[in-house]
Amino acid sequence: MDYISNTAAEKNKMLKEIGIKEIKDLFQMIPEAVSADDELNIESGISEMELMRKAQAQAAKNKSLDQQISFLGAGAYDHYVPGIIDALISRSEFYTAYTPYQAELSQGTLEAIYEYQSMICDLTGMGIANASMLDGGSAAAEAVTMAARITRNSRVILPDTINPAYREVIKTYGAGVDLDFVDLETEDQFIDPTQLKENLDDQTAVVVLQYPNFYGSIEKMEEISKMIKNNKKTLLLVIANPVLLGVLKAPADFGADIVVGEAQNLGSGLNYGGPYLGFMACKDDRRMLRQLPGRIVGKTTDVDGKEGFVLTLQTREQHIRREKATSNICTNEALNALMATIYLSTMGKAGLKEVGEQSYHKAHYLADKLDQLVGYQVLNKENFFNEFVLKTEKDSTELIKELLAADIIAGYDLKEAGSEGILVCVTEKRSKAEMDKLVEKLEVL
Amino acid sequence: MSVKEDLYYSEDHEWVREEEDYLVIGVTDFAQEELGDIVFVELPEVDEEFDKDDSFGVLESVKAVSDTFIPVSGRVIEVNEDLLDNPELINDDPYGEGWLIKVDPADDSELDELLSAEEYAEFIEEE
Amino acid sequence: MEEKLIKDYSSPGRRGYSLPPLEVGKSDINENLAGYLREEIELPEVSEVDVVRHYTALSEMNYGVDSGIYPLGSCTMKYNPKRNERVARISGLSNIHPYQPIEQLQGSLEILYQLKLDLAEISSMDEITLQPASGAHGEFTSLLIVKKYFEDREENRTKVIVPDSAHGTNPASAAMAGFDVVEIASNERGMVDLDALAEALDENTAALMLTNPNTLGIFEEDILKITEMVHEVGGLVYYDGANMNAIMGYAKPGLMDFDLMHFNLHKTFSTPHGGGGPGSGPVGVKDFLAPYLPKPVLKKDQEKYFWDYQRPKSIGKVHSFYGNYGVMLRAWAYIKTVGGKGLKETTENAVLNANYLKARLKKDFELPYAEESLHEFVLSGSRQKEEGASTLNIAKRLLDYDQYAPTIYFPLVVKEAMMIEPTETENIGTLDHFVETMLTISREIKEDPELVINAPHTTTVRKLDETAAARNPDLHW
Repeated sequence: MDYISNTAAEKNKMLKEIGIKEIKDLFQMIPEAVSADDELNIESGISEMELMRKAQAQAAKNKSLDQQISFLGAGAYDHYVPGIIDALISRSEFYTAYTPYQAELSQGTLEAIYEYQSMICDLTGMGIANASMLDGGSAAAEAVTMAARITRNSRVILPDTINPAYREVIKTYGAGVDLDFVDLETEDQFIDPTQLKENLDDQTAVVVLQYPNFYGSIEKMEEISKMIKNNKKTLLLVIANPVLLGVLKAPADFGADIVVGEAQNLGSGLNYGGPYLGFMACKDDRRMLRQLPGRIVGKTTDVDGKEGFVLTLQTREQHIRREKATSNICTNEALNALMATIYLSTMGKAGLKEVGEQSYHKAHYLADKLDQLVGYQVLNKENFFNEFVLKTEKDSTELIKELLAADIIAGYDLKEAGSEGILVCVTEKRSKAEMDKLVEKLEVL
Repeated sequence: MSVKEDLYYSEDHEWVREEEDYLVIGVTDFAQEELGDIVFVELPEVDEEFDKDDSFGVLESVKAVSDTFIPVSGRVIEVNEDLLDNPELINDDPYGEGWLIKVDPADDSELDELLSAEEYAEFIEEE
Repeated sequence: MEEKLIKDYSSPGRRGYSLPPLEVGKSDINENLAGYLREEIELPEVSEVDVVRHYTALSEMNYGVDSGIYPLGSCTMKYNPKRNERVARISGLSNIHPYQPIEQLQGSLEILYQLKLDLAEISSMDEITLQPASGAHGEFTSLLIVKKYFEDREENRTKVIVPDSAHGTNPASAAMAGFDVVEIASNERGMVDLDALAEALDENTAALMLTNPNTLGIFEEDILKITEMVHEVGGLVYYDGANMNAIMGYAKPGLMDFDLMHFNLHKTFSTPHGGGGPGSGPVGVKDFLAPYLPKPVLKKDQEKYFWDYQRPKSIGKVHSFYGNYGVMLRAWAYIKTVGGKGLKETTENAVLNANYLKARLKKDFELPYAEESLHEFVLSGSRQKEEGASTLNIAKRLLDYDQYAPTIYFPLVVKEAMMIEPTETENIGTLDHFVETMLTISREIKEDPELVINAPHTTTVRKLDETAAARNPDLHW
């Protein structure tokens, strides 16, 4: 199947209109030397039936989370995704549409983005949100470079309680504009504010905090925020978990200047790491707004006075500003932003809170039980939301491997992050039976 | 397209008005027409110093962004704060209420290098 | 407003979700998280039916490629196959956490590896990374690779050259990677001006960014000379793969001596545009640049697939995980379905369709460049502008006829530009309909210009006040 509907007769008609003999004539200008001599070394096309068979065969070589219990978190979260999301985003006017440059024919997409921006503002407490970024890590990276531009400083404080993948992405982007990274090494699973204070100076563009942090703990947000405010030019960037913002105080309340994060957990599913959804929000400040990357939708009226939506403040963007643009971002994660908007509408005020609370209580139930086992200790048991660090006497890698045989993924091996123990995550999806099974298995290992 | 008498002009479409101890600088009617509806203005800080032809600010319309280039060297003594909330003043009254900055000039002779109203009118004819 | 906002459906206490009851006891959340608890989250309180009605209503105000022709130049808005959606939703392929052990994921990793091989074959590049999540992301990744390459050689090169017809993401990506951008003019035939290029090239040149065919749809016939000139000063040549639909099976960037490139899976390879993403922008490089690729790189050892993190010269990571995997599944399904011969036929029909439109439209609309073009072409609405209606007006009038407008006012080298790319999935019926509509509008401009100048008339909203939107931003409810 090649999805081409021109028949031979129609092709001939078109060739006549153009005034040439055969299709090959259209490619005359391509020099011999760059021509592909042979046919492409790619198998012939197949029917839909064969394609599905092939795809199912590949799926059979996987062991998905349909077949095992997962306590994996570390930046990608297994929250329940209601069926309503797929049903609605499968409407082809949404998913086969282009970027809404012709606003009059794209009011659906534009209004949905406006709603998304609004909900991100509600969650984060910030004044302005953009239409989405590529993922949480790159959103954090672009926020850091934005802070550097605004403050005209190049020093960035990056605690090790931030997701190591995010830190890597931030540093990769930072290399482009010669930023100076100060790696703050922490002893426990959270930052010591005095240590942070020692590292703050008037060359510091931004301090990056994750909320809750990579280990599931909550930093001393109030104290750290005051410290940063006293350092005139320095900005506070908070990387937040949007689902938990249904329960936790908004980062704006702690004086965040920019808030970013990964919103995969708002209805995008796991999908082996992508497509995910970066979100970005900042203070309602004219200068800051002009430095914000990404598309932004605004409400306005048409010539008849009817309310409508349009892409606005486009002069920040690459298609107008080119090398002076705030970012090169063009295609973002619009469909995933729509999923998030539908998720938040469906869960609503009460639902999002309940997801967060159930995750909290279940995680604490599990942590209590694990902490009581001989040879196991929950290191941050006094301070965590729904992820915690399980220290194990036995080698973590070994333990995780052995549990796989029992169809359990115990968590993220912190050796990968240069630390020790297992990062265990519990969401509202984990049942009591599943958690009890984990405890049972660990007890005998 | 109006060209006001008694002003100096630059080829970057800025005008200069000589007051007793300072100069007032803005953009011409031609410039604001070219740009379209101005939505945002970025102005320098007071006391900032510029050399002739440096970019001192930015004018933003819906579809374009334009740097403003200073016609004479000098130090900024005042900026038109009204433009922050009412950028349309530049469109409505480019030679009057749409002024951008007031400058303490570094070198008075630079004014001689600028165009007269007549010369500027000719210049934009050709554009 | 045509359709009110979702929050306007709210009624206190209304619910749209259901969760099973909490099976475990409650910990004291108030004690443990004192000072960190939110009082109340402001979100809508609506029922499931409200949500469905609202978003269904929104979708009805939209237009996708499933609705009709979408002739946006350089966007390659081809049909998005539904079977690809089925593949992407297979639970065994999608319900996977990025940190699961690779032994459990050999099925998925094999799909990604096959995709890599196919992309390498299509382009004649040696190694591929799937990590960048969009075309611009791929451009940025590539420029970081270029930067690292020269750092490694202790050569301080700060310049990237970009033609004036280039897409805005090119100079923007170069700036993000810390380069100074030098723009060179195109010649009167719409191609790179070799003299201008020669003048711009020096030992400070890091790279030249090009797309071929360019945004005018014109193939750079001197491409080998161009790449040679850049290599002679020690620079690298980067290929923007947005226009790959024009050359599959006919030319390969690797054979044109490009050193690295990006692909747009959401253009050439049929994955849906989603209203602005998700996309996917894999990067292909020649062997000598492979060490600098973002990590990890997907590799195969005997029959086992794994992620290679042992890459000391890597630029780092540009995405938290491995890129937009779900998009890659769809691209894999597309290539499998269409096949090698099919990809060549895709290119042939894309070019045939574009040239057919050009032949039928060039009598009534000015064609600024007489050169042969491939999968897209640029018209100028300057004749119509003299008659009283601009390209913008023409674009808006097309909407009244339930068709999407071409890309307008780009590339910058053409006044009143209309960049048209039909793709291969349109047929003579939809093409003729588009031509007839354009000719009708051209006639309307002569006979009843107000109709065109005040368009659109029949869309959900009419012309929107963009000035007010920018002067007094209203960006959230």
